[in-house]
Amino acid sequence: MTIKRKPKLAIWKFASCDGCQLSLLDCEDELLAITNRVDIAYFLEATSTVRKGPYDISLVEGSITTQHDVKRIQKIRQNSKLLVTIGACATAGGIQALRNFKNVNDFISLVYAKPQYIETLDKSTPIANHVPVDYELRGCPINKRQLLEVLSAFLHGRKPNTPSYSVCIECKRRFNVCVMVSCGIPCLGPVTHAGCNAICPSYHRGCYGCYGPMETPNTTSLSSQFSQLGLDKDNIVRTFRTFNAYAEPFRKESEAYEK
Amino acid sequence: MTAPSLKIRETAILESTHFQKLLDGLIKRGYQVVGPTLGEDAIVYDELKSVTDLPIGYTDEQEGGKYRIKKQNDKAFFNHTVGPHSWKKFLFPSELRMWKAKRNGNTFRFLTDNEKIKKFAFIGVRSCDIHAIFIQDKVFTGGKFADPHYKLRREGIFILAVNCGKAGGTCFCASMNAGPKVSSGFDLALTEILKNDRHYFIVEIGTELGAGILHEIPYKIANDEEKYAADIVVKKTAEQICKSMDTANIKDLLYKNYEHPRWDDAAKRCLTCANCTMVCPTCFCTTVEDVTDLTGEHAERWRKWDSCFTMDFSYIHGGSIRSSAKSRYRQWMTHKLATWIDQFGTSGCVGCGRCITWCPVAIDITEEVSAIRESEQTTEKKTTEGLEEQRS
Repeated sequence: MTIKRKPKLAIWKFASCDGCQLSLLDCEDELLAITNRVDIAYFLEATSTVRKGPYDISLVEGSITTQHDVKRIQKIRQNSKLLVTIGACATAGGIQALRNFKNVNDFISLVYAKPQYIETLDKSTPIANHVPVDYELRGCPINKRQLLEVLSAFLHGRKPNTPSYSVCIECKRRFNVCVMVSCGIPCLGPVTHAGCNAICPSYHRGCYGCYGPMETPNTTSLSSQFSQLGLDKDNIVRTFRTFNAYAEPFRKESEAYEK
Repeated sequence: MTAPSLKIRETAILESTHFQKLLDGLIKRGYQVVGPTLGEDAIVYDELKSVTDLPIGYTDEQEGGKYRIKKQNDKAFFNHTVGPHSWKKFLFPSELRMWKAKRNGNTFRFLTDNEKIKKFAFIGVRSCDIHAIFIQDKVFTGGKFADPHYKLRREGIFILAVNCGKAGGTCFCASMNAGPKVSSGFDLALTEILKNDRHYFIVEIGTELGAGILHEIPYKIANDEEKYAADIVVKKTAEQICKSMDTANIKDLLYKNYEHPRWDDAAKRCLTCANCTMVCPTCFCTTVEDVTDLTGEHAERWRKWDSCFTMDFSYIHGGSIRSSAKSRYRQWMTHKLATWIDQFGTSGCVGCGRCITWCPVAIDITEEVSAIRESEQTTEKKTTEGLEEQRS
């Protein structure tokens, strides 16, 4: 099934670094093909020309951190047929969700010269906590291959191939040698959602979980193996507290080691 | 060539200095020669052009969840055990495009890839892995419908086997009747000997092809003492194997114990990461992904290694049948050791130990089996004791 009229695409930003939006601009070779197929109606990162909604597909980057954000995302939802969240901020609260583990007011007074100007929510939360989300694309940042896959699938009315199993499956399909087994490097691959094609282990680094939890993560078993590899409690907490710190399985695991 | 021609089952001596000639002979015959070579942190299987590509002087140390390579003070070519790769890397590609299609108005046409595969020569195949290849043969070509992709790669391979000169820390081939001595399915089988500054191979002839290839390079007929030296190597290796699996009535054992508490215990440790199935030389499951490009003018179908540890694997309308880690671990182990026998007439396990070494949390299939067996024996004993008490 091909949609006759060019679908209208909007790209929205909340609390984030813009890296995921850049993945779209990073589709250099495919960018023309994208603009031939979709009508980019709202994309401030690329152009200040904006067109009104409703939009056929909205890509949403960033987490919700202010009351203003809460209202804005609801409006975007009302104006979008399909809402796809992109990246760790939008799907899990992002690196800024590290503040969720403390009282936000403690940070405000440390960071800002005039804290009274800051209006913020207690916690940085994912989009799905506020509005229904049709699809989530993981990663910090997302990878353009997956973004193109989701757009292509949408354009042709098929299900996108974005499996939620572990990074290990992608890693082994590349015939990488497991860095944890062969070098004792702590790797979050076994509990992390696939999609990056095991990029870090391919460069001899442990996975740091930027795609967030896989479908059935056994973080308890993995962190006890980390202990055996010599990671102390603080380091286990840090390992789980990065870009997806507030994704529930990672949050619970880090909290278990904080006690 | 002055040496007499060789017959199947005869043994010859190949000096290590002539090993390159053996590789050259295979390359000259058009084979794509692959075998063990030093990767970044492991001995992996890859293309071999020269004898120096072999992991000369390296060995490996293995235990559950741990693998380390180690440099030794010798020039041995094959003093290692099996590593993270198996030969399915070549025979059963992890990602394979099955076809492409192009839109043609309201219809489409298939564009098939005319796969041209250079015949493989596998160097340094261990007994367990020969058994694994024969098990995958049954899976892919044994039934009514043969898998053409596997068949294309499998037909005409040359197998240069090696008798293991040492046992790895996770090996249990002996108890699976799959090693350590190479017994069949090879073209040539080597036993490596390093003794008194002499480095040579005792070569057993497996096929006419093997004999023909050996005949082109310098060799001599092995004498009784040399044959005996080869037997000693395998015997010593067999003695080194410290793991075993008791396979007596294993089908009944597992079929009777679907609700054994040990499965819950394994599920607590199991990451459902699928590493065991990826490294297993007999695991054969795949998933199929259909993709289109942005224009919708091109479509492709890809076949990729899959695993019974994923949720999608058992997904049907309404959800995944095996949603718990317990049910997935039980499915894998019970299939490997029991239902495989019903399905293919053989166990799916060859005792290579890869699933133990490469499990990030060191789950050991032999320990899981013995835990179930032991507690069953305890239960049986208790029952018998109970009966005897009643009688008295």
